[in-house]
Amino acid sequence: MNNTGAEISVERASTSTPRRTSVRVGDPDSLVWRIVRPVGMAALFLTVWGLAVRLSHSDLFPTPGNVLSGIIELLQKGLLFKYIVASLFRVSWGFTLAVLIGVPLGLVLGWYARAFQAFNPLIQIFRPISPIAWIPVAILWFGVSDAAPIFLIFLASVFPITVATIAAVQNMQLVYLRAAQNFGLSTGELFRQVIFRACLPQIITGIRIALGVAWLVVVAAEMIAVNSGLGYLIIDARNAGKRYDLVVAGMVMIGLIGLVLDLLVRQLEKFDEVRWGYAGRRR
Amino acid sequence: MNQPAVSIRNVSMSFPGKRSGEQIDVLEKVNAEVAHGEFVCLVGPSGCGKSTLLNIVAGFIDATFGEVLVEREPVRGPDPRRIFVFQENGVFPWLNVRENVGFGLRKQQQTERDRVIARYIEMVSLTGFENAYPHELSGGMRQRVEIARALAADPDIIYMDEPFGALDFLTRLKMRADLVRIWQSEKKTILFVTHDIEEAVQLADRVLVMSPRPATIQEVVDVDLPRPRHLDSPGYLEKRDRIFRVMGMSLRVGETATA
Repeated sequence: MNNTGAEISVERASTSTPRRTSVRVGDPDSLVWRIVRPVGMAALFLTVWGLAVRLSHSDLFPTPGNVLSGIIELLQKGLLFKYIVASLFRVSWGFTLAVLIGVPLGLVLGWYARAFQAFNPLIQIFRPISPIAWIPVAILWFGVSDAAPIFLIFLASVFPITVATIAAVQNMQLVYLRAAQNFGLSTGELFRQVIFRACLPQIITGIRIALGVAWLVVVAAEMIAVNSGLGYLIIDARNAGKRYDLVVAGMVMIGLIGLVLDLLVRQLEKFDEVRWGYAGRRR
Repeated sequence: MNQPAVSIRNVSMSFPGKRSGEQIDVLEKVNAEVAHGEFVCLVGPSGCGKSTLLNIVAGFIDATFGEVLVEREPVRGPDPRRIFVFQENGVFPWLNVRENVGFGLRKQQQTERDRVIARYIEMVSLTGFENAYPHELSGGMRQRVEIARALAADPDIIYMDEPFGALDFLTRLKMRADLVRIWQSEKKTILFVTHDIEEAVQLADRVLVMSPRPATIQEVVDVDLPRPRHLDSPGYLEKRDRIFRVMGMSLRVGETATA
């Protein structure tokens, strides 16, 4: 009987001592349970999905098995890798441009109140316009080419980055500024050594949000403005023969890659130079 | 007396109040001087404007009337020759201890820089923590970093705004002893703001006692006691009690103030 084991582990959880990677099954915080919980939930989801498709006798909507063979088919044709690279290429360009323009712009607008006065209404009007609404304009300006989705990704990510940077500068602690002034920094030094560094944790948070939006937008842009990429894969599979197994396969890949991108950006938050900015919110 | 290091002349300060036309007078014709190498404490009830006065002296804010002279030159803004030590969190959290202490040495050569940094890190007893970041240190250690950063810049004057206010009692005692030791070896002029009368008497050559708002210098108490000071000596207790009386405080806990 592991009755005692259960009692001990309940007590441990309630006193919230640091987690140990125990392998005993009786411990609800053990490594086994921490893997079983998410995997079990995912398995349950896939089972319900498969059952629902079978019970509804749907001809078009795929079961998880159909999706898996769809992914394998795409791999064999060499399309999956090609489309993923195409999508990532566009996101990289649009997003990099947005960081290179959004961060310096945000620093300047956050610091110079008069420039902020001038630019803020424009930013606030452009910001709520969905990047999707820009698709016709992008096609008009750039035609069916990589430039159109890159432009849309840039638009989608530049606003979150700029706005997060402005807010970070405006809410910066006065004591850092005074200390910097006291040591006689030039304007350039002040921006590089103090303002930028003090705002970096919030800038990285803005970058994380922007990358999530960029990944949402690339899919939408590729459905209309180009003929490659994961977004194109989805719309093409639907239009050319109602291949919903490939549609869902594309969706699964988008979800997985989005997850990986977010995990990568999160690594930035672990550097010593910015970790102070997240203290208290998470460990 | 020689030329003073700092001369505060008729400084008055008013802030606009919450309602329009309302005006809050914080400082009223404050006059004071600090001599070269002197350790002066500014004490007063909380909210009396002693931090405001120090910020004016340091050049962070402008007085409504009057002026502050440092070495006979009017103060126009902050200056690296006069370093301000803040109450808390004045160190840069994105720099480690070594980088913080070296912040005021940007223009010096690498070898000289390293030498100065090592010297002041040792002086504030932080050897071994050179690569630690402020959020990994205790509050007392962070204040030591800030004091080392101020000293490393080799200023003539150090302004301190309740630098030990956020620390616990025992840490505060230790920091005061260390500060006096450092002040004696470095021969800096220090103007130190505190609401803690005991702290002022333990540290200062002279204590400037401020009145409640609108504040002015109510009395100047010379603390001509030898160092190290004994906190139970009659001389110490006499100075302390005198300041308590000037500030209208009773020495018996539980009794209402007499003024």
